[in-house]
Amino acid sequence: MRTIRIGSGAGYSGDRIEPAVELVEKGDIQYLIFECLAERTIAIAQQAKMKDPNAGYDGLLAQRMEAVLLGCKEKGIKIITNMGAANPIAGAQKIKEIAQQLGISGLKIAAVTGDDVVDVVRGGEYTILETGEKLSTIKDNIVSANAYLGTRPIVEALRNDADVIITGRVADPALFMAPLLYEFNWSEENWDIMGQGTVIGHLLECAGQITGGYFADPGYKDVQGLARLGFPIAQVQEDGTFVITKVPGSGGNVTLATCKEQLLYEIHNPAAYITPDVVADFTGVAFTQVGENEIQVTGGKGQPKTESLKVSIGYVDSYMGEGQISYAGPGAVNRGKLALEIVEERLKLIGVLYQELKLDLIGIDSLHGSNLSKTDHEPYEVRARVTGRTQNMKEAVRIGNEVETLYTNGPAGGGGATKSAKQVVAMVSALVPRSLINYKLHYEVI
Amino acid sequence: MKLRELAHSRTGDKGNISNISVIAHDPAQYPILEKYVTAEVVKEFFAEIVKGDVIRYTLPNIGALNFVLYSALGGGVTRTLSLDAHGKGLSSALMNLEIPLEE
Repeated sequence: MRTIRIGSGAGYSGDRIEPAVELVEKGDIQYLIFECLAERTIAIAQQAKMKDPNAGYDGLLAQRMEAVLLGCKEKGIKIITNMGAANPIAGAQKIKEIAQQLGISGLKIAAVTGDDVVDVVRGGEYTILETGEKLSTIKDNIVSANAYLGTRPIVEALRNDADVIITGRVADPALFMAPLLYEFNWSEENWDIMGQGTVIGHLLECAGQITGGYFADPGYKDVQGLARLGFPIAQVQEDGTFVITKVPGSGGNVTLATCKEQLLYEIHNPAAYITPDVVADFTGVAFTQVGENEIQVTGGKGQPKTESLKVSIGYVDSYMGEGQISYAGPGAVNRGKLALEIVEERLKLIGVLYQELKLDLIGIDSLHGSNLSKTDHEPYEVRARVTGRTQNMKEAVRIGNEVETLYTNGPAGGGGATKSAKQVVAMVSALVPRSLINYKLHYEVI
Repeated sequence: MKLRELAHSRTGDKGNISNISVIAHDPAQYPILEKYVTAEVVKEFFAEIVKGDVIRYTLPNIGALNFVLYSALGGGVTRTLSLDAHGKGLSSALMNLEIPLEE
């Protein structure tokens, strides 16, 4: 039976670059996928595009392409990525420019657009899924609205002989499923095969997380070679059965345990994982070890896709100010607590307007509160952290300033103060009918 | 016995919702997890953090449970004032849960 090998070259925007190069050189793959788009990235990219019409694609796009494009061209490996973020066409033009610099010719680059539906959500009335409120309550602050597209535009680009496909917002598993639909001519209404394809995409989309990244817990879950972790390859048969593996000799491990953790990563109801292409069912998935670093996966199923698509909406929500300062030696915890008390009192005294304030002692209770972190052990050092949400930048700045003034006004021995303030772009989602969302393809050819 | 001796775990986030997998090291011990690591137990364990419901899904085929914790992330990664903005450490925290030793 014919098999297709798909490599996952990135699990997030800032991911390492060498493992993808290793996949190109030694992975014997036909497709290299870069999943680089987190939920809020596209909103921030949209703000960048508003300032500069040629900006708004992934910051590491050029570096990644410089590293893999020539090798992919030589070996006939097709690249699919969502690094287009808010500006896939500008991203495609950048890839063309890099290809020309590398002396590559005969390359077709497809850009997928149509996910940007900011006009649609501004023009209609939709409900915010998270709060149940109307979207019009934040209308003036909206900076981006992107629908999760499915496999269709990517499959069409592959049928039109694209070598590189760059998208904006597309459901992560779709990046991996599209080449399978194209290669094996799977019917997009064969819900079980679409469910199994979603399992493939879901297991690969975080790259190193299934080869042992984000897994090691020394003494309980040991992983070898994490500094040169290899990224995963799915070797897929026409019937959808596949094996997860990695380049021999690379770091990390593919095991039953790493596969199980990744299957449930960011999943709610495992019987109904909603994507634009299918409502996938992971409850029948079975993992079998078939070799060293080779796990076979079967049993993904599915139900018909939903009538609406999820749209992710970014809006300017608030501002956030923060300050930190450290205390060490005997009594560090008490001095840290005193520092927090002083700042809280100062913020009231000088009338800083905040909606929410959080006081942390890093090293004691900053991650999960005081219940889960109870200890009688006195640490050598603590770091006091004050952070607050405000309605404008001016007030946010004042929070960090009050922490910094602890240098000469606070408890003894405070050091290493830092402060920052930033605009908060928050995300909400809404469901929009499919009929209002149409993709487009744009090609660059050299 | 700590849950860590029986299971491993990873946390994911979507908006203000956290999900925590609890996976038996040895699938034969899955029934112990199913018996003692209930939605109520997890809700109680994270009482200080989780403001909403906790729902449990079972996956006996891989010896795992999946917990979905609503209003657990201080507004979600983009809005929260928390240092553990994604709630990435919640899975490690849950490994401290005490499980009664089987008779």
